[in-house]
Amino acid sequence: MAEFNHDNFSCPLPILEHDTIQLAHGSGGRLSAELIERMFLPRFANEILNRLEDQAVFEPGPGRLALTTDSFVVDPLFFPGGDIGELAVNGTVNDLCMSGADPLYLSVAFIIEEGLPMATLHRVLLSMEKAACAAGVRVVTGDTKVVHRGSCDKLFITTSGVGLLPAQANISAANLRPGDRIIVSGTIADHGMAILTSREGLSFHSRVFSDTAALNGLVAAMLAAGGQDLHALRDPTRGGLATTLNEFAASSRVGIRLEEAAIPVRPEVRSACEILGIDPLCVANEGKLVAVVAEKSAEAVLAAMRSHPRGREAALIGEVLAEPRGLVALRTGLGAQRIVDMPLGEQLPRIC
Amino acid sequence: MKYVDEFRNPELARALLAEIRQTVTRPWVLMEICGGHTHAIMKNGLDQLLPREIELVHGPGCPVCVTPVEAIDRAVAIASRPEVIFASFGDMLRVPGSGSDLFKARSAGADVRMVYSPLEALALARKHPDREVVFFGVGFETTAPGNALALLQARREGLANFSMLASHYLVAPAMRALLASPANRVQGYLAAGHVCTVMGWQEYVAIAGEFRVPIVATGFEVLDILSGILMVVRQLEAGRHAVENGYGRSVSQEGNREAQARLREAFVVADRTWRGIGVLPRSGLAIREELAAYDAEKKFAVSGLVAAESPLCESGSILQGLKKPNSCPAFGRECTPEHPLGATMVSGEGACAAYYRYQRGRNG
Repeated sequence: MAEFNHDNFSCPLPILEHDTIQLAHGSGGRLSAELIERMFLPRFANEILNRLEDQAVFEPGPGRLALTTDSFVVDPLFFPGGDIGELAVNGTVNDLCMSGADPLYLSVAFIIEEGLPMATLHRVLLSMEKAACAAGVRVVTGDTKVVHRGSCDKLFITTSGVGLLPAQANISAANLRPGDRIIVSGTIADHGMAILTSREGLSFHSRVFSDTAALNGLVAAMLAAGGQDLHALRDPTRGGLATTLNEFAASSRVGIRLEEAAIPVRPEVRSACEILGIDPLCVANEGKLVAVVAEKSAEAVLAAMRSHPRGREAALIGEVLAEPRGLVALRTGLGAQRIVDMPLGEQLPRIC
Repeated sequence: MKYVDEFRNPELARALLAEIRQTVTRPWVLMEICGGHTHAIMKNGLDQLLPREIELVHGPGCPVCVTPVEAIDRAVAIASRPEVIFASFGDMLRVPGSGSDLFKARSAGADVRMVYSPLEALALARKHPDREVVFFGVGFETTAPGNALALLQARREGLANFSMLASHYLVAPAMRALLASPANRVQGYLAAGHVCTVMGWQEYVAIAGEFRVPIVATGFEVLDILSGILMVVRQLEAGRHAVENGYGRSVSQEGNREAQARLREAFVVADRTWRGIGVLPRSGLAIREELAAYDAEKKFAVSGLVAAESPLCESGSILQGLKKPNSCPAFGRECTPEHPLGATMVSGEGACAAYYRYQRGRNG
């Protein structure tokens, strides 16, 4: 059978009674039923969801389960390289697989502002369907609430997910050992700069695209190559690489040293960061991971990553040191050192 | 990144460092005026690579840092009015006033918007004719021309609901005041390259002559800063005190005349209070009387402001190059970027923030 190509996939907007979301769509009455039947089920149908019970019931299989939840409130809903729907699926899939777990099921909750065009919701649902299919996860339960205009910004999505942990996986931010190598799966700061440069008010035309992607396939390939030598994994979303590495250093009570020149940043992203006075190390990613690997397996894991589509630009960027504990340092191109700190909340573009 | 990476070339930087090392024979104290320089120096660790004879002290060239507490308090008071949309550059939002800052005002219900340019604030005024849009016009000669343009454009369009809370500063009077201080240690200046791009370097000639200090207009990349330092050190070693241009790809002697004309059209030179330093005569720009309708300070009478600085904050001495951030007893203890006592710990250009962010833990 020929493989179904989701890139060519399109689906017309179902004809509904209203072309925008009404408060009644969240009331639990007839309009709610129509929304579920015409909008949600066609996108996510599977035997667990189709039962339309108040809960999803499934056999977990043997072993430990991983459970995670995340809320998505991105503005704008659609941005270069992705949208809120894709982000909501990939974000939760990635949070699961950073433990080594194989993501299985998602729950999805929508909070919708009254008046949202049905076509907007449809577009988001299509991209969630596509993302779930690409990641190999199923949406098995969900919820919808509609709130008064002004009570939320267009559309908020919360996804939770469960995944099955392989028996041998022992991946934790507390597992770093001196001598371990730090590997990043590709260029950093793409997502955050795509969002920032597409927001209203920032009048430069960007060619910066979000990197949103599910990383479970990449993690599986890394586990196969590194096994127990894969000490820590995390997707550096909000707060960027700087935050993730500071969390690692604090949890494991070790030092980390990075080589500035080794950290991959796209030229256009670097330019946007320079113009705005923002440090790419502190900018969000949505399709990248940072791995800490025992030295003896670092090359094998790096090679496995580079032969996977989500890790082609993977790079060795630093190493774990015994001291100074809890501190992330970076060696500049000139051989001087500086601290890489966790950013303080929102990064603020400078005056001049 | 074209036109940037070339100026960060490690080979050339090492060659410049070697040349500085060969030139220097005794200790010299150099001040980089601009907070942009301070950050570039700390971020690249240039101070670690220079010979120990060269001490860099950090100047007052950070607009966020020198804006007085009263101005922040006034901004918070105006922003808190229900009819006001208050537009500001990002780094002003977290600067502590006496009791609050603009972020806290926003969480308490004020409509505070972060903008990247004063022209965006104008666009807000056009879009919301029923609201009062107030732009926090802060900065040195670098940002002042853009702010002047916004004022002039507002007048041209008759945008009656736009006004500016202005706090503009001039660099040259501060350079002069620092040298005239009895406590001065500065023997040479790296002048702020982008201020020179707007103003040229002619105004420094008298200062260099009067105080016998070399002044070099300096850019912001690694090679710019190192060659600026080399040019100052060469002069010091030779007993010279001239104004030189080390940032020729951007700076000319006369500067940007068009920008200077807009400044004169919108502003007049006035006395200004510098946070932590005090009043310096003729050291800032005030909105011209003809544009009073667009002056937020006149439009919104705010009374009862009692400005209070933290008694622990030593930013005044730091901004004058008399102290290093990490010699302040509060540095990294009572005062951190999460709980800043003074503006120098907040801004992307503040010396304390640069030390905390890049080099804390090192002994100064």
